[in-house]
Amino acid sequence: MNKQLHELTIGEVHAGYMSKDFTCVNLVKHFLNRIEKYNHKLNIYLALNEKALQQAAEVDKEIAEKGITRELLGIPMAIKDNFLTVGMSTTASSNILKGYMPQFESTVTSKLLAAGAIFLGKTNMDSFAHGSSTETSDFGPTLNPWNTDKLPGGSSGGSAAAITAGLATAALGSETAGSIRQPAAWCGVTGFKPSYGRASRYGCIAMASSTDSPGPIGRNIKDCAIITKVIAGKDPYDGTTTPASVENYPSFLDKKDLKGIKIALVKEYMLKEMRDDVKQLITDAVTKFKELGAEVEEISLMDPKYAIGVYTVIQRSEVSSNLSRFDGIRFGHTRDQFCQETKRRVMLGTYTLSAGYYDAFYKKALAVRTRIVSEFEEVFKTYDAVMGAVSPGPALSVGASKNQPMFGEMEDVLLEQSSIAGLTSAGVPCGFVDGLPIGLQITCDQLQETKALMIADCYQQNTNFNLFPDLDKSL
Amino acid sequence: MHKVMVSAEEVKKIAKLASLKLQQEEVDLFATQFTQTVDVINQLNEIDTSSVPGTYQVNNLANITREDVVDTDRILPQAIALREAKLTHNGFFVVPRVIDSSEEL
Repeated sequence: MNKQLHELTIGEVHAGYMSKDFTCVNLVKHFLNRIEKYNHKLNIYLALNEKALQQAAEVDKEIAEKGITRELLGIPMAIKDNFLTVGMSTTASSNILKGYMPQFESTVTSKLLAAGAIFLGKTNMDSFAHGSSTETSDFGPTLNPWNTDKLPGGSSGGSAAAITAGLATAALGSETAGSIRQPAAWCGVTGFKPSYGRASRYGCIAMASSTDSPGPIGRNIKDCAIITKVIAGKDPYDGTTTPASVENYPSFLDKKDLKGIKIALVKEYMLKEMRDDVKQLITDAVTKFKELGAEVEEISLMDPKYAIGVYTVIQRSEVSSNLSRFDGIRFGHTRDQFCQETKRRVMLGTYTLSAGYYDAFYKKALAVRTRIVSEFEEVFKTYDAVMGAVSPGPALSVGASKNQPMFGEMEDVLLEQSSIAGLTSAGVPCGFVDGLPIGLQITCDQLQETKALMIADCYQQNTNFNLFPDLDKSL
Repeated sequence: MHKVMVSAEEVKKIAKLASLKLQQEEVDLFATQFTQTVDVINQLNEIDTSSVPGTYQVNNLANITREDVVDTDRILPQAIALREAKLTHNGFFVVPRVIDSSEEL
């Protein structure tokens, strides 16, 4: 069956350019037409790149002269609106930054541009990434392309939905605790969280600086591997980026089996309140891993409820500090433009850091964080990866986050541990319940991106859950 | 473990520290919600951390320095640096008074 242009992976787009089946101008026009047709129904893009077609014409000229010598040449991408992009407004989905035109480019978007990517536009998110639904966006929620009564997840909900809806070839997101993997799971696409410090945070509007990690959302693991290779690496502008060398991730994929790989299934990640059909999909994934030659064993880790407490304190505390820079003096509007969720987080963080509570809350949370880190260190002495569901269930309905001050924490209960510990993790679709996708996480130790990508790729190539909705039916 | 109640007065104090203005209904809402959130956080006391140090930074990098030279690539021209500010004066940002401003908060 012939694929349509918006269904192509990065490799397929490049093959099409080389065989002259279509040009970059054709492809960008195709996406712009689809955005025109579907964006008002889904609220994915907040701003579009007015120069996209002009840049596509330059790509076609470059391909005619030199061929494809850059990794993302002519790849149309959707960029989460918390990355500073010169020439395109950047709001982090908050009114306090409405109309803000960045004065410099983020490191990761600079790297994507240097690799030849074309930015189609900026995608909706939870305001300042504070949430797991996109419902805290000041510009309205994004809707799930599988079913518009449902949320896309978040905070990178616009970037994930852009891939599901075929409104970009690939997307950039960021994860503080779940913000790549959870929307990717709810939207049925592939997301990849690199280790903390793998990709630079410079020019990414900060949420929690000790866990913020930029990463890709794409049509499959291979596309995520290609983008991760481009955005990874030490950045002199971000002192927390690791000097460890970046491997050529895509070259380690396409393994025929997983012989010699030991995977731990975390007993506690099969939550009591989790539906049986979701648990069954995880059990099916265990069976698939065994078929592929991996050893899978059940292990026990700390009850996930403690990760919620640790993450809540650390994240709110760092938010209160990071968002103090929004004073309306050098850029942006005044602090009365913060939405209620932002105010709630800044205030709780101010509280946990304040005199008299600092030891009881902040220091306690950091100590439990150490326990979580040590637990993983112990696990990775024996196992290559830890597996479990991404989210307790499929996408929830629009309105689900209302009056739930800890909605995000509850939905990300299986993701906070790995984020707190700075681990790397792949999120891949592993089946459907009620016609909605479910995601599987494959989490590896810090800097083991190659391993996480390789295992996830082998699983993905041997399963058939990487499906996309027909928008003319679902919308 | 004793239950921590966050009072409306405390919420008002936190708002002042965070330089945020709240409506009265937000003050009451936050007092209730913070009390609930602190309940969740307080579960951490079930874990013994008496001899466990805190983890501030997860990838073990410390004291990352650079040469003390000006990086001209990062210097914004004055016009661009000031472009997004609402109030400027003679090429400077105009900032609000921060001393003796307590009655304004």
